[in-house]
Amino acid sequence: MHFINTEGMDEFITLNHGSGGRLTGELIREMFATRFGMNEPFTDSAIANIKGREMAFTTDSYVIEPIFFPGGNIGKLAVCGTVNDLAVAGAIPLYLTASFIIEEGFPVKDLITIVESMAQEAKNAGVKIVAGDTKVVEKGKCDKIFITTTGAGVIRDGCSHIGTAVKVKPGDRLIINGPVGNHSIAVMGARKQLSFTSQVVSDCASLNHLINRVLDTRCEVHFMRDLTRGGLATVLNELSAMTGMGVEVEEDKIPVDEPVKGLCEMMGFDPLYLANEGKVLIVVPPEECDKVMAAIRSEPSGEKAEVIGIITGNKNKMVIVKTLTGGTRILDMHSGIQLPRIC
Amino acid sequence: MKYIDEYRDIRLIRALEKTIRREAIGSYIFMEVCGGHTAAIHRFGIPSLLPPNVTLLSGPGCPVCVTPVSTIDRTIELASQKDVIITSFGDLIRVPGSVSSLEKEKAHGADVRIVFSALEALEIARASKGKKVIFLGIGFETTAPGTAAAIIKAKESGIRNFFVLSAHKIMPPAMEAIICDGTEINGFICPGHVSTITGSKGFRFISEKYNLGCVISGFEPVDIMMSVLMLIKQVNNHKFLTEIQYSRAVTVEGNLKAQKIMDEVFTLASNEWRGLGTIERSGLKINDKYSAHDAEKVFSLKGLSENLRENTSCLCGEVLRGRKRPTDCRLFAGVCTPDNPVGACMVSAEGACNAFYKYRRNG
Amino acid sequence: MCLSLPAKVIEVNGDMADVSVGGTIFKAGLQLLDDVKPGDYVLLHAGFAIQKIKEDEAREILGLLEEMEEQAD
Repeated sequence: MHFINTEGMDEFITLNHGSGGRLTGELIREMFATRFGMNEPFTDSAIANIKGREMAFTTDSYVIEPIFFPGGNIGKLAVCGTVNDLAVAGAIPLYLTASFIIEEGFPVKDLITIVESMAQEAKNAGVKIVAGDTKVVEKGKCDKIFITTTGAGVIRDGCSHIGTAVKVKPGDRLIINGPVGNHSIAVMGARKQLSFTSQVVSDCASLNHLINRVLDTRCEVHFMRDLTRGGLATVLNELSAMTGMGVEVEEDKIPVDEPVKGLCEMMGFDPLYLANEGKVLIVVPPEECDKVMAAIRSEPSGEKAEVIGIITGNKNKMVIVKTLTGGTRILDMHSGIQLPRIC
Repeated sequence: MKYIDEYRDIRLIRALEKTIRREAIGSYIFMEVCGGHTAAIHRFGIPSLLPPNVTLLSGPGCPVCVTPVSTIDRTIELASQKDVIITSFGDLIRVPGSVSSLEKEKAHGADVRIVFSALEALEIARASKGKKVIFLGIGFETTAPGTAAAIIKAKESGIRNFFVLSAHKIMPPAMEAIICDGTEINGFICPGHVSTITGSKGFRFISEKYNLGCVISGFEPVDIMMSVLMLIKQVNNHKFLTEIQYSRAVTVEGNLKAQKIMDEVFTLASNEWRGLGTIERSGLKINDKYSAHDAEKVFSLKGLSENLRENTSCLCGEVLRGRKRPTDCRLFAGVCTPDNPVGACMVSAEGACNAFYKYRRNG
Repeated sequence: MCLSLPAKVIEVNGDMADVSVGGTIFKAGLQLLDDVKPGDYVLLHAGFAIQKIKEDEAREILGLLEEMEEQAD
């Protein structure tokens, strides 16, 4: 417990606190949530009942480096990320706000590209950007451009449980809509600091249409969460912690594109911990699995969907991976070393 | 992926499992001395595929783990000097020194950068003329030739602001120390990539001098299982040889060009190994011809006392010698975790404690 | 630390080469090897090609293993 009081407190914030793993979780819980009076479970969007209507609200900030990468840019990312946070809560995303902190000297040409991407992505997703703010700071006081968004949507009938995982039961199946790790690899490649070039493109995409397809089937959906920093492993661990149940996944069922695999082998990364920006974990009862998979696979962002695992009856709150040799390993919450400024 | 997928073929793994079960008529203890093997063995769950009478021990094969605290302290001292950029492989950033770590120093403003190659560090030096770029050279014979090549290139290209703090070590003396230490071992799974450089000739002493089994192994599950089988057969037949399982990359002579480059730049010196103490002629020191690039010679280092605050409950030393398992350590998975590592064995992905924590914590 | 992986040589430029691991292109120093040509497979470690991989040896080992697999039951 590092942030409750000054005893035993970490003295400085390090990059690890921002990488979406265990340390980020601790920071959120102990620094912010306790002081703001926020209660668990912490979900991608907050749900508020406003005059009988359940509304979802979310906020996010984007500090990605570099701001242009294969498959997108910081603006597209900002819209997709916010839309996805609302969609996985079972909401229809409606309105976004966008605040910009821009460094003095930032090229107007680049700003136009970013803003036009945002407008295009908002159109694709069917959301409106309705408010915002702009600040310019002196050169060197912010790295090119940071974007902060908020999003608001209306929870679909009967969907308010989805983000909380309260309906998750042993035997439920875990589905992922496609290969993991592409966003991290695309961004790493774009940084050009490392001695490799890759053809991998970020999976940055708005998932609300895919999620609507799934919810339109009227099948029971017990949980959804989008994978961002900290990757699949983090979401699986969060799910396990929220439900108190064990999670088991099969390594060879988890889709990973070959170039991502190769890079991970080379660099010693585990693709299960890499960031994604167009992936969602969906948990459904076994009898709904086939129908949900069909709905997911009918969308472009779900063509390579796979059933990757199961909720077990174990009360051990652990995520176990069955390896390709038939052995097992524990998939822990990552301490958070991987990559700074990945989203 | 070619040369990887074939060696992960589940049919071959199953067949090796069956054959090992059949051949393992006695009791066998084999030690691996390569961080890559430690990680692979645990990642692929090899121990769960072996019968209970075959035990695999982890030795001092993780270059990060055997790096003494004093090396980290010296690097931190260098980091605090003016206009210095420290470049290092990623794993070392989190290793605790006596008082701090490179990661913590970076958070306090030191210019510490992760690189994947000595050549990258050299490029940084080329591009940062006003700075002194120091590369922390950690690794065994697999990595040392690359550092040597970078030093030679720096000299030839006139890149005067590139320096290396060499903490490179060689494997055979450490293996000899383990054998002489009396740890009960029937044979070694020998380091596959070190051997691509040294050749199997570098490990002949294991079978010839000490009558222990020796098989140079690749890193995929099929390679490792096959090597275990070959070792079992050596023990069963009382015929101890230095065999090459990893024949697609290892020869008897090794990489003569790389050996020559190492000899050009380095000389052997006695060196401190965490857990093993000082071992004669086990470290690679930059020789006088290249002293202009030797961080030890160029920078004056005050140095802190050795092992100032090495936690006495930390069993890294015993774990590295194969005397204790990570689970024997009081601190394991409690105070000492990958988030909050006390000893180096927990920091590095090649360390026994880290591998155990990730893959075997619950049996 | 980086591991060592088999990589296919795509292009050679003086003492550096572009090598591919599963489609990702890495830069590899060739200072430790002679006669590296496009199409060769090398072991890539910490930014250097440290050894060539021998196809015939690889095939031999896999052949032995296949034989063993047939006999294992």
